[in-house]
Amino acid sequence: MNVVAPFEGIGASVRRKEDFRFLQGRGAYTDDFNRQGQLHAWILRSPHAHARIKSVDISAAKAMPGVVAVFTGADMVKDGLGGLPCGWQIHNKDGSPMAEPLHPVIAHEKVRHVGDQVAVAIAETREQARDAAEAIVVDYDVLPAAVSMEAALKPGAPAVHDDVPSNLCYDWHIGDKSVLDAAFAQAHKIVSLDLVNNRLIPNAMEPRAALGEFDRTSGDYTLHTTSQNPHVIRLLMAANVLHLPESKVRVVAPDVGGGFGSKIYHYAEEAIVTWSAGKLGRPVKWTADRSESFMSDAHGRDHVSNAQLALDANGKILGLKVHTYANMGAYLSTFAPCVPTYLYATLLAGTYTTPVIYCEVKAVFTNTVPVDAYRGAGRPEATFLLERLMDVAARETGIDRVELRRRNFIPNDAFPYQTPVALQYDSGNYTATLDQALATADWAGFEARRAEAAKRGKLRGIGCSTYLEACGIAPSAVVGSLGARAGLYEVGTIRVHPTGSVTVLTGAHSHGQGHETTFAQLVTDKLGVPGAQVDIVHGDTAKVPFGMGTYGSRSLAVGGSAMMKAMDKIIAKGKRIAAHLMEASVDDIEFERGIFRVAGTDKTKALVDISVAAYVPHNYPIDEIEPGLEETAFYDPKNFTYPGGCHIAEVEIDPETGKVSMVNFTAVDDVGRVINPMIVEGQVQGGIAQGIGQALLEACVYDADGQLLSGSMMDYTMPRADDLAPVSVATHTTLCTHNPLGVKGCGEVGAIGSPPAVINAVVDALRDFNLRTLDMPATPSKIWGIINAGRQQAAE
Amino acid sequence: MYDFAYHKPTSVADAVKLLADPDAKAVSGGHTLVPALKHRLNKPTALVDLSGIAEMKGIKRVGNAIVIGALTRHVEVANSAEVKAAIPALAYMASHIGDVQVRNRGTMGGSVSNNDPAADYPAAVLGLGATIHTSKRKIAADDFFLGMFTTALDADEILTAIEFPIVDKAGYAKMKNPASRYVMAGVFVSKAGGTVRVAVNGAGPCVFRQADMEAALAANWSPDAVAGIKQDPDGLNGDIHGSAEYRAHLVGVMAKRAIAAAG
Ligand SMILES: Cc1cc2nc3c(=O)[nH]c(=O)nc-3n(C[C@H](O)[C@H](O)[C@H](O)COP(=O)(O)OP(=O)(O)OC[C@H]3O[C@@H](n4cnc5c(N)ncnc54)[C@H](O)[C@@H]3O)c2cc1C
Repeated sequence: MNVVAPFEGIGASVRRKEDFRFLQGRGAYTDDFNRQGQLHAWILRSPHAHARIKSVDISAAKAMPGVVAVFTGADMVKDGLGGLPCGWQIHNKDGSPMAEPLHPVIAHEKVRHVGDQVAVAIAETREQARDAAEAIVVDYDVLPAAVSMEAALKPGAPAVHDDVPSNLCYDWHIGDKSVLDAAFAQAHKIVSLDLVNNRLIPNAMEPRAALGEFDRTSGDYTLHTTSQNPHVIRLLMAANVLHLPESKVRVVAPDVGGGFGSKIYHYAEEAIVTWSAGKLGRPVKWTADRSESFMSDAHGRDHVSNAQLALDANGKILGLKVHTYANMGAYLSTFAPCVPTYLYATLLAGTYTTPVIYCEVKAVFTNTVPVDAYRGAGRPEATFLLERLMDVAARETGIDRVELRRRNFIPNDAFPYQTPVALQYDSGNYTATLDQALATADWAGFEARRAEAAKRGKLRGIGCSTYLEACGIAPSAVVGSLGARAGLYEVGTIRVHPTGSVTVLTGAHSHGQGHETTFAQLVTDKLGVPGAQVDIVHGDTAKVPFGMGTYGSRSLAVGGSAMMKAMDKIIAKGKRIAAHLMEASVDDIEFERGIFRVAGTDKTKALVDISVAAYVPHNYPIDEIEPGLEETAFYDPKNFTYPGGCHIAEVEIDPETGKVSMVNFTAVDDVGRVINPMIVEGQVQGGIAQGIGQALLEACVYDADGQLLSGSMMDYTMPRADDLAPVSVATHTTLCTHNPLGVKGCGEVGAIGSPPAVINAVVDALRDFNLRTLDMPATPSKIWGIINAGRQQAAE
Repeated sequence: MYDFAYHKPTSVADAVKLLADPDAKAVSGGHTLVPALKHRLNKPTALVDLSGIAEMKGIKRVGNAIVIGALTRHVEVANSAEVKAAIPALAYMASHIGDVQVRNRGTMGGSVSNNDPAADYPAAVLGLGATIHTSKRKIAADDFFLGMFTTALDADEILTAIEFPIVDKAGYAKMKNPASRYVMAGVFVSKAGGTVRVAVNGAGPCVFRQADMEAALAANWSPDAVAGIKQDPDGLNGDIHGSAEYRAHLVGVMAKRAIAAAG
């Protein structure tokens, strides 16, 4: 066997290849690209949450120095441009389709949230474009705004869209209500809990940017953009907005500095720069400043729910009933409708054998920024609900919270396990991840630590969450039947060059995940090519045949599987060439890590011998086999993948200030086969940082008029290093049974499992205060309020 | 940012002349002014960069006081052996402003002239009873901080140095705003002979002295002395990070901690 030394294959913590350029400032991000004759766009944004546009006067702006053009919504209507499309259609309980109002690229007639695009000024410099935008005079007729979901659903509330007077986007449900009612009738105890899943602002390090170009010779458009899925952007923008053949549009997503979901969607600015580049015959660039990011990147979460759990006398769950309001914001962002439905309600079984589940979801339009998938997308909302409910149920039944979870776990011999909410889990071992986490966190020794903290005047608490998620989206036929307007396969091309080095073209997109390393490890492991000779190419529709992009922890499970399929084709063809060269039968050729061998002999050919023969076919079965060694595969997954595990948080509260400090965090996750343990650890840690951010720090706040109060880093609390705790990350693997790698996905588990663990720990720390509900984030002022009220009550 | 003229005078006198233009603005570290310019919240005709004025630099001991030049950066105060020996609470305060980048650029003069209600320096200046030296006069701390972002400085007046008396004891404690990490509520206490000063920052629209605490501490210098004193929330700041009541409560907690730190 030809073992590469040092071992760089599956299971090795290979250092990230891409970090050399990132750490040396040699990354090439969208804003780093500059073209000759390039113009700059500045978007004028609405200062009002809701207003009718009476007129837009651009005459002064057009006369400003350096200004080349000023466009408004009316110009787009004149050019016949379409609205920004939604990629998922949900149906109401009665079978009718959801309300899908027009999402104009530039607002026309009405603005619907602070930050909505009203006009674009295009000039020789960015400052000139900004000056011109300031000189545009918009006459607004300010309307009352529907800001909270509660306000938006009140009879007589202002309608965000005139054609959706109720502000209800859809009223959807899953499960059989009559079966559920019967289960509830049998219940020994019903535990009810109201929950808010706080609205978050993603804040990727790199703000969004877009550079549009038009080639007058060919009539081709090129868009460089900060995207997690350039092919999807090309499809949506070309087909729905600009009405161009896809063949005329190239979309490039070069290095991208973080996305967390917020860069999945087709945004107005992408269409604006592409369209105006064509109109003006010059490249047009737009780059968001941080303030624009806060009011124009899709936000995340924002659910208000009631959950009821029915239990028998032994603490076995009999049924779960959930009612959720989900905020869509002012317009439907690309994937928004599927997040609170098929990525949420279908997860409500969690790790438990709940026999019947009924969930209804009302999606609501409000005069706020659109809400869409954000790291975890639906699963953090489901997990928070379920894992908070389990803790409350434990308290109210008097059953230990760990024991209650154990009693309800799906047993190891029950896989494949069909839940009552559509999903079929293929594998897992929830007891093992729980036991390992309890041991690592020294759960048993907690009371001693609590007593020691009490001596220091601190309230210490511990909490766990035994979560499950579904990722690796998704079987196309399944999502199609659920309303997706796209397939969710992935594409991989393996190009073996004459010299034996390999270029991989993948439809997945790396924006922090380390694909250039992990994906190369697959090639090293399977084809025996050293990592230094493997290049991963992604993010360019002109290079990669097609792709659905990176989100939903799908890159390895779906994109990696496509690569494996393509490598199988390479090996199959290579065997035929090897058989010819070694004058043996194809059936006798074995292949392992770069070496073709005639079985039972010492006759071998290396991969490079085969590639040379394939590209220099002098001695070659040319009538039977085509020259060249390049294969493409599309992989459509057979099922979702189901990572799960146990997160344990330990916190200390300063009762004088209410400040919650993380003191320890333990994660034991089953992410399937681990390709690069170091990268998995980094992904999980990053997710946990965001989960702790959601639990303790982050809150998007609007005032009653729809002004964004948390509109900058001065008021929106992003997690910093000292807000976190020592984080112990470990994995416990059960293999995915239906993809060739056995992988499940690790990108989102951290953000999914951690928030309820943290909040359960805070509630535990406050166990003397009889706290039942605690909405995130658990800020110092909120916690102090609870402590203060509790002490005042006790004093009375 | 809008366009502006840029001047870099080398003397206070020249700087004052340039600031005769009512729309010109002084700039020191730029850590407050430049973000405001980038947000286009300010449209000065000219920036008068003070950083080349040698007479506004340096830390020295003069009699029973430490005199710090306005251009002294937070990091220099934090690390100064002179300050640490004479008024350790002042060095401690400076070492906890913002983060490393902020301390490496931000200046004492810029911070005190700006008088952000959530800034650290004003509490030390008022809590120590310092004297502000300007291009035309000396102003007692008690007469300097007039209101939110408002001081006794005239438009063409430059803060040149601050004279901090060396006291027997001083201490500072603050609760940070979780998002901005500026001060949510802070208390700077000092004791010089029988004189006690308690300055509160962050909690109100402007730094202020807490008279009830001063009286209690003059009688009994200990954290317990302020335990029973309730700060009135009326007139304090309330926002998405905490109500006026919460801030009032924090004033009591921070006062106790500041006294404990002072020893
Ligand atoms: C991210 C960040 C975090 C921060 N965190 C904190 C914090 O936690 N606590 C805190 O206290 N501060 C904090 N600051 C503010 C920082 O300390 C600033 O440096 C300080 O407030 C202003 O000092 P400067 O030298 O940068 O002033 P500049 O920005 O240069 O000027 C500020 C204002 O003062 C005027 N001015 C400057 N110098 C003089 C002078 N000598 N005489 C008269 N007028 C003058 C200017 O015209 C301007 O109006 C933070 C700043 C940033 C960017």
